[in-house]
Amino acid sequence: MSPDSAEAVSATAGARQSTRTGAAGAAKLELIGVGKEFRTKRAHTVALSDINLTIDDGEFVSIIGRSGCGKTTLLRMLAGLLSPTTGRILVEGRSLWNGTKVDTSVVSQLGVVFQEANLFPWYSVAENIALPLQLRGDDKASRMKRAYELAELVGLAGFERSYPRELSGGMRQRVAIARALSINPKLLLMDEPFGALDALTRERMNLELQRISLATKATVVFITHDINEAVFLGDRVVHLTPRPGRIHQIRTIDFPKPRSIDVQTEPEFGAIVRDLRHALDEDEKR
Amino acid sequence: MRGVSRDRSRKLLPWISTPIILVLAFIAWDVFVRVSGISDAVVPPPQKVLSELVTVLGTAETWEHAWITTSETLGGFLIALVVGVVAGVVLGKVPWLELSLRPVIVASQVVPKVALVPLFVVWFGFGITSKVVISAMLAFFPIMLNTQLGVRSVDAGQREVMRSLNATRWQTFRHLEMKSTLPYVLAGMEVGIVLAIIGAIVGEYLGGSEGLGYMLVRTLNDLNASAMFATTILLSLIGLLLYFAVNALKRFLIPWHESVYAQQDLNG
Repeated sequence: MSPDSAEAVSATAGARQSTRTGAAGAAKLELIGVGKEFRTKRAHTVALSDINLTIDDGEFVSIIGRSGCGKTTLLRMLAGLLSPTTGRILVEGRSLWNGTKVDTSVVSQLGVVFQEANLFPWYSVAENIALPLQLRGDDKASRMKRAYELAELVGLAGFERSYPRELSGGMRQRVAIARALSINPKLLLMDEPFGALDALTRERMNLELQRISLATKATVVFITHDINEAVFLGDRVVHLTPRPGRIHQIRTIDFPKPRSIDVQTEPEFGAIVRDLRHALDEDEKR
Repeated sequence: MRGVSRDRSRKLLPWISTPIILVLAFIAWDVFVRVSGISDAVVPPPQKVLSELVTVLGTAETWEHAWITTSETLGGFLIALVVGVVAGVVLGKVPWLELSLRPVIVASQVVPKVALVPLFVVWFGFGITSKVVISAMLAFFPIMLNTQLGVRSVDAGQREVMRSLNATRWQTFRHLEMKSTLPYVLAGMEVGIVLAIIGAIVGEYLGGSEGLGYMLVRTLNDLNASAMFATTILLSLIGLLLYFAVNALKRFLIPWHESVYAQQDLNG
């Protein structure tokens, strides 16, 4: 492990005890003028343009937008899978991208959850959760201990030795979340993680995710096209408009956390959702 | 726990049904021979075949022949496995090579390879080598094609996970590509082992003085139908054994795979 990441781990540990040792109040994630263009022989598309956003430690930020607004592109850039054409992405002040090259020591501090759980069917639940630790070189005893703790955290205690095929869709996504959390990521990036689940499971997973994010004090960037979900989970909701993808508005959601599912029936909640829905409908007309 | 006893009886089912089917087949065979009055030289009665099988199995020479056929088969199969997996991985990983070789591969696939057997006998002689080569050639294609398919079928989402975890090439191979390709390789092996046996036997038909294929041709020349039947049964048993060996390897290596646990659900 490089001295850099060792320092980073201790900083995370410090934050966990809420006696922050590092630069207090420093932004967890900073996007400065981030843009992405795709050039092919026939077309030149501006997927994202001039995205500026600062996310604080422990914040939960939902990003919503119609399909094609570039929200997945944005997440892939944050996850180190796709390089931005312009602008800078800073994780705790350190640049994620140097040109088109990704700084691997920064990427290794991120946890990513995709729309599909993408588990490895040849590994048990515990082995899947511990995979990032195994790749990092942790010894077996410590990574299994961590896997069992995380299985407990995401509500899968007793399933550690099961295989992915024995789990339901919601349970698989819990494993994927646990896997992303295994390295104590500075930042948890989620790309429509519950998009493939049925409505009831989705609602339960929203509650679970809220509980997990509060318990781990994780900083989360959560991409979704479900307005309800975005407002329910987010401390802030970022609305992206398409063609080119830009930040249209950022709403702060003030309901205290933890929020119960009943918060959705409150008039104020309904008003925010309605506003956002109108704004998204406007996108369609443009 | 309503399902347990049902599961157990399901597991036992093939062990009961298979002997019953065999006995019924033997009875039908026996009745047919008696009623039709067909000549012994064409269809011998089952009792005669069984007693011939016992005689054949009691001869040391049979076991030498059986051993030769088995080693030709295994030798050819192992060569096909190594060459097939390497070629499959290379062709799967290097698209331009696959593209430029595709016409040749398709052409060599389409050629009835058994037609080449006499040529191989001329090139590699009447000994064991020509049979090993024929075995290997027949078993090679399904193994190579399956491996190639497997290498290409690695899930994009799972790749993305490895990328987002900063995995090295070796880690990606060890934790993802190898594990994900293995079921395909094993499926190719299951087809390959059967073709390897066919290759060895056909090779023995056409040239040489060793192996069960040669024994079969000799019984034909002697017009000894019951010995022919007995030899065929022995050959089938060897084939069955080799197939089950590969199948057992599969269950051992990829217990997590659908083809294995679905099979377990069906017949234990």
